[in-house]
Amino acid sequence: MSRGQTPSQTVGPFFKPSLIHAGSETLATASTRGERIIVAGRVLDGDGAAVNDAMIEIWQANADGRYDHPDDQQEKRIDPNFRGFGRAATDEEGRFRFVTIVPGAVAGSGGVAQAPHINVSIFARGLLKRLVTRIYFPGEPLNAADSLLASVPAARRPTLIARAERSGPVREFIFDIILQGGNETVFLDI
Amino acid sequence: MKPDVGYRRETPGAHPPYDHAAYASTHKRAPRHPPIKFEHTLSEITGPRFDARSLTAGDADLTHFNGAAALGERIIVTGQVLDESGHAIPSTLIEIWQANAAGRYAHDADRHDAPLDPHFAGIGKVMTDAAGNYRFTTIKPGAYPWRNHHNAWRPNHIHFSLFGPGFATRLITQMYFPGDPLLALDPIFNSVPDSAARERLVAAFDIETTMPEFALGYRFDFVLRGRLATPMDR
Ligand SMILES: [Fe+3]
Repeated sequence: MSRGQTPSQTVGPFFKPSLIHAGSETLATASTRGERIIVAGRVLDGDGAAVNDAMIEIWQANADGRYDHPDDQQEKRIDPNFRGFGRAATDEEGRFRFVTIVPGAVAGSGGVAQAPHINVSIFARGLLKRLVTRIYFPGEPLNAADSLLASVPAARRPTLIARAERSGPVREFIFDIILQGGNETVFLDI
Repeated sequence: MKPDVGYRRETPGAHPPYDHAAYASTHKRAPRHPPIKFEHTLSEITGPRFDARSLTAGDADLTHFNGAAALGERIIVTGQVLDESGHAIPSTLIEIWQANAAGRYAHDADRHDAPLDPHFAGIGKVMTDAAGNYRFTTIKPGAYPWRNHHNAWRPNHIHFSLFGPGFATRLITQMYFPGDPLLALDPIFNSVPDSAARERLVAAFDIETTMPEFALGYRFDFVLRGRLATPMDR
């Protein structure tokens, strides 16, 4: 029997007490395999104003490039110390911040490896359905062959690639999300 | 069939556009460029899963908080989470939030001059069972004003967040109540272009769910995007 999809509606401004919990921004612990990193950024609207009531969710593969999910049947190790899901609310300046690891490359269509990336959902008041994007990493050799990056007009491609902020003991990557206007982030129709 | 088969796409008309003139907050937040479409990969097919053991019975009962009963009309909300082919989606997390009976959220940013209820937090979570069923007890939320336009009031609604089996099936939505006169005036409800799809956001009063001397019952099913084909090894 075919049933119609339940429509999306905005998350609204009052989701935090239900959806945001302490620790949900931390995906990686000391026992997680891989390079521990910080991924942070700001969400800005079409006027360049901070979006202070957005929720960002990330979903990513582990350091070996495997998702913690039964439909991922790649012959790669599961990491019992990494689930791959994180959630953060933006603060008054529109900032979010995750502690995670650099994901490994995951197989794409035709078995060609995708470049390492983090899948992102953005929810907010004023967004009647989520926005989806991906965070790619600068200087990653696989970026050149990634089929999704290749399908994005070259001029807009940099919006999908995080900026390496500093090289300290923990590398930090900045990924700003521009909802609208000049330098608008590339969003994905999945 | 391989387990890397993708999910169906959004049905045209079943979901709101990003830019909706009547909803002022969309004006500066809706992207100007159309999103880029591509074939689903493991990144979209897989998604987070949650452990039922992290939930307690209290998570499905919003009617008590801080040791006493909340004020307002007690209701039961139940239904099934399904895919487009009618297959039940078991063990999927549903997160719930809502205003109290007076139309006020227990949230710092809610400035509506209606009383807070010290015994109502308006937060719940449930997991679907093996047959995709969920059920919780709450207080019927009140309507509340918002500043979208002159004399703007949100119809009674409950907010829901669902994951489904993959990143592609993620859904955040709102459930409304039958016969609410504010529905016809609400830009958020009316942002859904297809009227049949819009009506799927309205719960049905259900005498079978209603419990004598206790609470009215409402049924509300969620339909998440289905698989293009069913993988064999599931
Ligand atoms: Fe609301």
